[in-house]
Amino acid sequence: MITFLRILTGLVLLGLVVLAAILFMPVRTTPALAALPEDYTPPEGSGEYAMRLADCSACHTAEGGVPFAGGRKIESPLGTIYSTNITPDEDTGIGSYSLDEFRAALYDGIRQDGAHLYPAMPYANYRKMSEADVRALYAFFMDEVEPVSNAGPETALPFPFNQRWGIRTWKWAALSEPGELSSTGDAAYDRGAYLVEAPGHCGACHTPRNLVMGEAGYTAMDGDFLMGGEIDGWTAPPLRGPDSAIRNWSAEDLKLYLASGRNNHAGVNGEMQLVVRDSLQYFTNEDLDAVVAYLRALGDPAAGDNAPPVDPPRTADRLDPSAGGTQAVLTAAEPGMALGPRLYLDNCNACHFVDGRGADQVFPELDGNPLVTAPSATGLIDTILNGAEVPSTTVRPYSLRMPDFGHRLSDEEVAELATFLRSAWSNSADAVTTADVTARRETAEERAAAE
Amino acid sequence: MARTEPKKDVVIVGLGWTGSIMGIEMAKQGLEVLALERGADRYTVPDFRYPDVIDELKYGVRFGFMQKPRNSTVTIRRTLQETALPYRQLGSFLPGDGVGGAGIHWNGHNWRAMENEFILRSYVEDNFGADIIPEDMTIQDWGVTYAELEPHFDRFEYMLGLSGQAGNVNGQIIEGGNPFEAPRSRDFPLPPLKQTYDATLFADAARAMGYHPFPRPAANASGVWTNEYGMQLGPCNYCGFCERYGCLNYSKASPQTCILDALRRMPNFSYRTNSEVLRVDLAEDRQTATGVTYWDEEAQEEVFQPADIVMLCAYSLHNVHLMLLSGIGEPYNPATGEGVTGKNYAYQMNGGTTLFFKDKLFNPFIGAGANGMSMDDFAINQIDFAAEGFIGGSYITAGVTNGQPIRGIGLPSGTASWGEEWKTAITEWYGHSMSIGSHGSNMAYRDCYLDLDPTYTDRHGRPLMRMTFNWKPNDIRMTQFMRSKIEPIAESMNPDTWQSSYKGEGAQYDVRPYQTTHNVGGAIMGDDPNTSVVNRYLQAWGQHNLFSLGAAAFPQNIQYNPTGVVGALAYWAADAITRDYLPNPRPLV
Repeated sequence: MITFLRILTGLVLLGLVVLAAILFMPVRTTPALAALPEDYTPPEGSGEYAMRLADCSACHTAEGGVPFAGGRKIESPLGTIYSTNITPDEDTGIGSYSLDEFRAALYDGIRQDGAHLYPAMPYANYRKMSEADVRALYAFFMDEVEPVSNAGPETALPFPFNQRWGIRTWKWAALSEPGELSSTGDAAYDRGAYLVEAPGHCGACHTPRNLVMGEAGYTAMDGDFLMGGEIDGWTAPPLRGPDSAIRNWSAEDLKLYLASGRNNHAGVNGEMQLVVRDSLQYFTNEDLDAVVAYLRALGDPAAGDNAPPVDPPRTADRLDPSAGGTQAVLTAAEPGMALGPRLYLDNCNACHFVDGRGADQVFPELDGNPLVTAPSATGLIDTILNGAEVPSTTVRPYSLRMPDFGHRLSDEEVAELATFLRSAWSNSADAVTTADVTARRETAEERAAAE
Repeated sequence: MARTEPKKDVVIVGLGWTGSIMGIEMAKQGLEVLALERGADRYTVPDFRYPDVIDELKYGVRFGFMQKPRNSTVTIRRTLQETALPYRQLGSFLPGDGVGGAGIHWNGHNWRAMENEFILRSYVEDNFGADIIPEDMTIQDWGVTYAELEPHFDRFEYMLGLSGQAGNVNGQIIEGGNPFEAPRSRDFPLPPLKQTYDATLFADAARAMGYHPFPRPAANASGVWTNEYGMQLGPCNYCGFCERYGCLNYSKASPQTCILDALRRMPNFSYRTNSEVLRVDLAEDRQTATGVTYWDEEAQEEVFQPADIVMLCAYSLHNVHLMLLSGIGEPYNPATGEGVTGKNYAYQMNGGTTLFFKDKLFNPFIGAGANGMSMDDFAINQIDFAAEGFIGGSYITAGVTNGQPIRGIGLPSGTASWGEEWKTAITEWYGHSMSIGSHGSNMAYRDCYLDLDPTYTDRHGRPLMRMTFNWKPNDIRMTQFMRSKIEPIAESMNPDTWQSSYKGEGAQYDVRPYQTTHNVGGAIMGDDPNTSVVNRYLQAWGQHNLFSLGAAAFPQNIQYNPTGVVGALAYWAADAITRDYLPNPRPLV
């Protein structure tokens, strides 16, 4: 799939090269969306808060590194991209950026020297941020962050992706109108729309990509917006539509998940852990409510904020119906039981229990869990192999960890277990093969070796 | 040459239960707090992860989470005439090691002491006369009352997410709870655990004899719980690996599950592991502590850590050891009865009856550390000391508290402990036995105490602490009384055979078999500097910026497991320090 996309994208880019040559002309940057006075001073604390909303630190901080000094590896379909130093260091950071140059990076993906930034930097979303937040961010990075000298590794993608001028043509095809947001006129919805569509850049992962690898929509007005995407092989679940798990969550559960990475149904996993750790837990109560109001309106426009959640669609338990279904099979624990449920009893049952419901806010529910039933089983496989951890947050400081099982289960066993989970209780998702597991284990090993 | 670290507001010695409580409560006041822990750091994952931690040989038999005697131990003798020898192999008691301390490997038995236990000497004198107190018994009042501690018991229990059933809420007796308990201000945070078969049989038999069984208070969560710090517990799955193990399931209350991740988030709190405190340093006039000196295992050097307040939160024995080494309080002298530091070391008097049933299967692989039913019909507030001829009491209890396959199998006495006969017996009796135990008080005596050993030193060249302890007739009479109450209950249950194990006349303290890790006293609290080491707020009488937490403060041992009182005293002290000491540092009494 990735190879296919590479070829396809390459062809599209090559075709556009000719056009780019013809249209050789100076890059025009997007002006400020609102005219603020020259001497405008952002309110105290608004810069750091805008940074939290935009989650700059998740990408621009290496694992265990100095905040904002860059160097984090980002695995993209095009290859490995290294984030840059955005501390105000004159030589290796952004210390010499003017406000207009800073805005051009945020809105148009243009570096100070005029080079085009890879779209791993979500300027496709940031170009909808308000001028007040841009000013706040600029002030924060110039005045509140300590400069750190760190050149970091250079991003070196293979041809043709190393031809940054090609990105210009990509931008013509992929970007939408700056500042354009969905709106219903409801204050909470509109604030939520701003947070999700602009600084929160939720669509960067949760919106499917189109043929040129652009997001297939940027606001709630686009039908494909937030309909689910993929990141690093994991499914980024849909946040709207019939397959969205969160439309079955109460407003309270959704809010707790955003603020703490856990609720009565799920624990945060994958890249989303960083979002909760570095961004969402710092949202004000009002902003969390706004995001919840927006997402619930998206998921089920009739629901509104305070309506009860939609009844979860439970398909019939299809595991061994003659034996009474999953819970009965696990409870009976017959010695001759199949390998999948046996592995579940021996490895998972202590926390997640025979009903697959876990325990509120502590042990995630596996029945109906979007990670378990995702189109791509990669997230589930990785979680079984490597374990998981919900981040420590203000409202729930406990960094609850699930241990790794890769050291004691073979690839065949992980595949059996994952297949069982994807078909147990009311779950109904495709089987997992041993080859799927082997591939993920190898990927993890390769990455570890490359560190 | 010792290095000196930048000064802190508070330095805490030991990061177990009391160190974690004091750490978070002091850090909440905005103070710069540093905790020094001699052992390693520990997290549920990877240190207690499933299934690695349920390795009975590694942790149950070889004491993986305990202090190694080669690094830290005491010498022990039974009488003033004996020569003490080092406790070279763990047996009778098991001090914990590492972050979380004994709070990771306890069973979760969490009790409140009775009202009369805090005023024991006054209670005895007022009700039975001073002349019933044996001449060598040195019991004292605590200087604090149950009523004063009640809000702090309550807070500690809600922090733990305690499972149980109240028997007395504000004086109203609640059916199914302990009718003899001191009044509590509200019910338990979580309902009782489910009961195992043996506990149910015991409770039925006890009820039939007119007794009042109730579910044992358990710090093993019966459901999900979020505490005042936002920390979370998940429901216990009755795996049976509590005592000697860290909980794999986020179910047993411990510093890890209840406090530490919240504490680690606080920027004004930090901790250093592998940092063993060697002594408390005092100012020249000895009126205050200036900090502590510790051994940095990594750097292999001594470090002086200055601080405005020093809190001793190590295991009870180590708190006393540090005080003796640092010249805090006058060392107790058993010959004259003068001096205070090391005075009134006490232990716990337990006994039990094991019942064997050929036709009953107890599923002993299902259990929880504090699972079980208990009764307080012969508790310390229910006994006529003058009539019975002893001072003390016990709770009586049954339940599967561990499901460990090797150590958990009861066999009839006289069975071979190895070989063919043992194997046959194991096959015959596994799952067919249960026990009824008594867990009782232990009084303080003139010649049961702690001091520095004249001969043996530790790896840092410091004298080891010497424990002088033996069983006394008063406490043996107490446990024999319990035997006389338990055996009829056992007989009423019609077992095929049964056997008892209670200390008898002339019993000597034997350090080899495990008994209990409830070592108390030595840095006792009270209202008189001539008879106690710390005042009612656990503040050293001689150095107002030095506090000593934990069970070393008990003037004699209560009839219950000590953790509930240790926790309540920690919150009581934290409250006094926050309200009264920090605004105006001085002796609080």
